[in-house]
Amino acid sequence: MSRFKKKKGGGTPAISTASLPDIVFMLLFFFMVTTVMRETTLLVENTLPQASEVKKIEDKSLCSYIYVGAPVAGMKSKFGTQPRIQLNDAFRLSSDVQEFVAAKRESTSEEKIPQLITCIKADVDAKMGLISDIKQELRKAKAFKINYATFERVE
Amino acid sequence: MSRRSLPEINAGSMADIAFLLLIFFLVTTTMDVDTGLVRKLPAMPEEEEIIDDSQIKARNIYVVLVNAKDQLLVEEELMDISQLREGTKAFLDNWGKDPNLSDNPQKAIVSLQNDRGTSYEMYISVQNELSAAYRELRDREAQKKFGVKYAELKGDNKKEIRKMFPEKISEAEPKNVGEN
Repeated sequence: MSRFKKKKGGGTPAISTASLPDIVFMLLFFFMVTTVMRETTLLVENTLPQASEVKKIEDKSLCSYIYVGAPVAGMKSKFGTQPRIQLNDAFRLSSDVQEFVAAKRESTSEEKIPQLITCIKADVDAKMGLISDIKQELRKAKAFKINYATFERVE
Repeated sequence: MSRRSLPEINAGSMADIAFLLLIFFLVTTTMDVDTGLVRKLPAMPEEEEIIDDSQIKARNIYVVLVNAKDQLLVEEELMDISQLREGTKAFLDNWGKDPNLSDNPQKAIVSLQNDRGTSYEMYISVQNELSAAYRELRDREAQKKFGVKYAELKGDNKKEIRKMFPEKISEAEPKNVGEN
């Protein structure tokens, strides 16, 4: 009964992988467009508080980030356990904030300077004393627009 | 010279190269959206300038104090954070009825003062509740007038509602009572 004989050399034919690069490139372009480069490595613990009345920041390039929090585990022996300020890639004092804001202004084109915004990313365990110092420095530097970074809480 | 057709370039490793690039971008970039509470700091007072707040009637100021133990004192009474939103709304939305609360929302000012020992988490919660109170009142007014929420309004309509309930949160210089 040769009619019911199975095909010879059974098994499925190999799936063509010719379009695999195209698929991967598509993924690649998607990620290139939707993400931004990581600019700093965090040296501080940074658990943001939660709030419901949040606004999104449209243009991240206009943001200068000030991180506040206790140094991460590996840094504790060197920098202590008290919350500190991180600007760019190093621990700084609040007196350095003015210089930091000025540097950001310097690198921004003139018509965008009024739109600059300072993002304070502070840990939940940070005390307001340190934040107040930063705010005072920002007032002195005339950088009045600030944003307290928070996670969005849905009510 | 004999003409031969060019041998086809093997594109089999193209996928590997693309994967490599993809993984590189996955590792070095972030996708998180930045959200937060937007505030405007006041300008530094000029030296000769004397702030005259005697013009503002006491009833139009809603005093919110936060101490180093994260306790709230609102209008000289201890209050839980969960009641702050309703309290602020009652203060703003008084229209001269209760003599201890505001004349009208345009004159009303929320005065917030915190200690240097106040935790950041508490401070953000308080700011959030105050914003929420304003947002809820604006939403209500926008619903009544235009039938949509405040956030969906545009241009002049938005300005009108904002003028009705201007968000006036004044922050005093922090005190250092509870040294930590």
